[in-house]
Amino acid sequence: MIPPDLRYTKEHEWVRLEGDEATVGITDYAAEQLGDIVFVELPDPGTALEQFATFGVVESVKAVSDLFAPLAGEVIERNERLADHPELVNSDPYGDGWILRIRLDEGDQAAELLDASAYEQLTAEA
Amino acid sequence: MSVTGERTQPTIFELSRPGRGGGKVPHPPRDALERIPAEHLRTVAAALPEVGEPEVVRHFVNLSQLNHAVDTGFYPLGSCTMKYNPKINEWAARLPGFAGLHPEVPDQLAQGTLELLWELEGALAEISGMRAVTLQPAAGAQGELTGILMIRAYHRSRGDGDRNEVLVPDSAHGTNPATATMAGYRTVNIPSLADGSVDVEAFRAALGPRTAAIMITNPSTLGLFESRIGELLEAVHEAGALAYMDGANLNAIMGHFKPGRAGFDVMHFNVHKTFSTPHGGGGPGAGPVGVGERLEPFLPAPRVVREADGSFRLERSGERPTSIGRMRSFVGNTGVLIRAYAYIRAHGRELRTVSEDAVLAANYLKHRLEQEGSYDVPFERHCKHEFIASTASLKKATGIRTLDVAKRLIDFGFHPPTVYFPLNVDEAMLIEPTETETLETLDAFADTLIAIAAEARQTPDLVLEAPHTTPVRRLDEAAAARQPNLRWRPLAGEIAPCPD
Amino acid sequence: MAYGPHTPADRATMLAALGISSVDELFDDIPKALREDGLDLPPADPESVLASRLLRLAERNRVDLASFLGAGAYRHYVPPVVDQILLRGEWYTAYTPYQPEVSQGTLQSIYEYESLVAELMALDVVSASHYDGAAATAEAALMTCRATRRERVLVSRGVHRQYRETVATYLSGGDLDLDEIPLVSEGPAAGTTDLAALERLLDDPDRPVAGVVAAQPNVLGLLEPMEEIGRLAHAAGALFVSVVEPVSLAVLEPPGRYGADIAAGEGQPLGIPLSYGGPYLGLLASTEALVRQIPGRLVGMTTDVDGRRAFVMTLRAREQDIRRERAASNICTNQALLALAAGVYLAAIGPHGLRDVAADGAARAAALEQALAAVGVPRLHAAPYLNEFAVRVPDAVAVHRRLLDHGVLAGIPLVELEPGDQDLADGLLVCATEVTTDEEIERFARAMATVLEAAP
Repeated sequence: MIPPDLRYTKEHEWVRLEGDEATVGITDYAAEQLGDIVFVELPDPGTALEQFATFGVVESVKAVSDLFAPLAGEVIERNERLADHPELVNSDPYGDGWILRIRLDEGDQAAELLDASAYEQLTAEA
Repeated sequence: MSVTGERTQPTIFELSRPGRGGGKVPHPPRDALERIPAEHLRTVAAALPEVGEPEVVRHFVNLSQLNHAVDTGFYPLGSCTMKYNPKINEWAARLPGFAGLHPEVPDQLAQGTLELLWELEGALAEISGMRAVTLQPAAGAQGELTGILMIRAYHRSRGDGDRNEVLVPDSAHGTNPATATMAGYRTVNIPSLADGSVDVEAFRAALGPRTAAIMITNPSTLGLFESRIGELLEAVHEAGALAYMDGANLNAIMGHFKPGRAGFDVMHFNVHKTFSTPHGGGGPGAGPVGVGERLEPFLPAPRVVREADGSFRLERSGERPTSIGRMRSFVGNTGVLIRAYAYIRAHGRELRTVSEDAVLAANYLKHRLEQEGSYDVPFERHCKHEFIASTASLKKATGIRTLDVAKRLIDFGFHPPTVYFPLNVDEAMLIEPTETETLETLDAFADTLIAIAAEARQTPDLVLEAPHTTPVRRLDEAAAARQPNLRWRPLAGEIAPCPD
Repeated sequence: MAYGPHTPADRATMLAALGISSVDELFDDIPKALREDGLDLPPADPESVLASRLLRLAERNRVDLASFLGAGAYRHYVPPVVDQILLRGEWYTAYTPYQPEVSQGTLQSIYEYESLVAELMALDVVSASHYDGAAATAEAALMTCRATRRERVLVSRGVHRQYRETVATYLSGGDLDLDEIPLVSEGPAAGTTDLAALERLLDDPDRPVAGVVAAQPNVLGLLEPMEEIGRLAHAAGALFVSVVEPVSLAVLEPPGRYGADIAAGEGQPLGIPLSYGGPYLGLLASTEALVRQIPGRLVGMTTDVDGRRAFVMTLRAREQDIRRERAASNICTNQALLALAAGVYLAAIGPHGLRDVAADGAARAAALEQALAAVGVPRLHAAPYLNEFAVRVPDAVAVHRRLLDHGVLAGIPLVELEPGDQDLADGLLVCATEVTTDEEIERFARAMATVLEAAP
């Protein structure tokens, strides 16, 4: 199930836009592909993110994958629960398994992102 | 022959009872440590287990029986060359003259070992077609780092230090890109062609003034000889770059192809693979490195030198200022190198037959699987010492994956092949039978793989839930990584503070 | 062929199945221009001939001298049970335990090794082994740079020269800087790390230090002020790496108790033969905070699908086969069998035995000190030592050579260990362990007296 109210990257991050802030996570599809997630490496609050640049790493038992920032901005909060419970990314990727909250830089960046139907098509082709 | 049954062992710590053990060494005088200032002395004793020798022996013998090993059964782990490990090699390395020799003795006391090492360098140079060999690196990966650091030193010595990229094919061992990073280089991954060979045109396009080196495994990790290697090496040298050969698959080509003569500038040997020095449950190995003329000045120090009078010595500190320096302490994993020497002398020029038999066995096994058809055998050409099979079609038809087949093989007493490597083949199994397995074993293995494919169609749960016979089955690797338990915490840990 | 099972009939069967007449056809993919027609090597040795050849070579080495040589590799009593266990094919002919269901022996032995070394070091995370003490020290230095994102490491000259050279080689890859901390040249602390110099080196805001590396005991056998070195390192935001000799940890304060973040060392003294330098055992341990920075394999305890206790390689995503160019290190094959040797040795010798080994070495070293002092060869330094120390002998290289004729291997001349260091020109580094006998000590002192008397 791909939530219709979110935007997506081709690298399987989702983003929930909330005014000039946004919440970022990885999609159910990505979590499934990676398998049991065991560790999420996240930037400190205050870090500046560049759109589509890597900002962290997610590790499963047998794979490691970069995380890409869907939007440019500054990290204002990271999901500290993931330190002890990385499995939240598997069990609730769009809820408790969220990864970062960022304050967005100015300008309309969302146009570069996929909507739910475009993302669904992307995963169907994979 | 297989590892079966309920056999979980307590840890050595759980066997501990205060007061057990002892009697190995005399007690020192009571005042032995009095001259040492108290601030340096340990205040809380290490809680090591107290166990008598009979329990120690039973513990480690019981544990050993939980391992599959070459000595217990077929071990067709691709890219690892799990061949038979000759017993004379173990005997040789333990001879008191070898095992009791301190690494810092004056050269005149070490003439036997130095002669052996010098001869071994010569044999490896001949096998690889290289000009000179260092025996210092402790394993293949350290050999890679040695080689790439030499390449870096070479470019810098020519004022060509801007080269910052290493090109590797996508089928490469993970050590190749990891090595490039350790040597300060950026890795550029080059996709392979559909037929499994390196894409010479893609390499050509990527080669340039930024390229320091390419790293190629030949035969490749798909078990295929890179037939266009000559062209590729020419292009590399035209671009001013050097060519590194990962020697992991040398067992396929001895006496048929010599990387140095073909134009490679440097390669490492995995003596625990090709020369059967054993694998030791993950080591020790040794990773000698052969080089051509360009890189010889940069070899790590010390090298073994033969004097005009026929005696041998190690290079003195600073004797060869162009050297990249040391990769480790002392001369190398000498005990391992003694085994490699014994193996090479046991075969001499018949090492060529070793490679032929290894290649013949792999092609035979591949042919049997191709004939039967349950598994995909993706590359329609002769393989070298190993080959790829895949469960891609089987998975589509039955849902059974490579992992499941691997686990089911264990129930039949076979060690699984290397699985999910290389990364550029879906559901890969990399199968390397080696030259020391009988035709009966090869047939039994093929029959078993075929039988498992039939099970996948008829009784898939049997395969999905495998292994059924082992002391433990399918481990919770996620829990192990999320909440790591990396050491035993002794329960009591009360140890008397002083010897009596 | 020596170990090949194929009869001519077997080969014919396989060739026929493949529809080819000669094995040469399987090599047709090698371009003609690059094809070789054989090897210029001697013919195969029959096994009996090979055995004689190997015996002859082994006997050309001299291992019959009374040896006082240490300097990074130490002679100890190794209970035969260690090698008997190692000779089981289930251990030494297995590979890396990638399939945990058929590798529980190796996996549990590594877990036990990690636990035993953690106890010795008083640190919680122990890697499943590195190549040797020098390579482990180099990996420790790289760890400090990754963890602090700084690019400069300070290494005390009290760390074995070959270790410093290895660290330099490893750091050169990433163009990381290495500065050496000098030793105090005179007074009661002579031969130990110069704390004032360390402070000056740390006080450089443009070149912040990632890690400070010091050895305990140091290469001259002397005990270092580790707590103070660690304090200075931490005050500058650097990590502290301690290079240790494991047997000494039965009696000396362990790294975890004086603030070391990382400990490295040579595990050879734990039941591993000298073997002219290897295979040895690189010890590497760290605090839990650095668990994701430590290179090399880690084995953890977990459960299987049926809830049974089981062991498995874990935190694998740090490693080269998964992380490739972003791996913590390229290490793959390590020294697993030697880690097993250390585990069996520690189990067999026990906590009291290990203490006895360390303390007896100290007692015998003190006897050696007295015996040499009595023939006019005093210690070179005043700082305390455990079982290895330097003595002052004029023309040490020549004296060392002449002592060989008396059947005495008088340690190592310090100029060979530290070429060019004038403070050490008249020094011999000697050591004693629990296997050093009274008779050997007497022989050494007598021979020394004779050699010195005969000197011009």
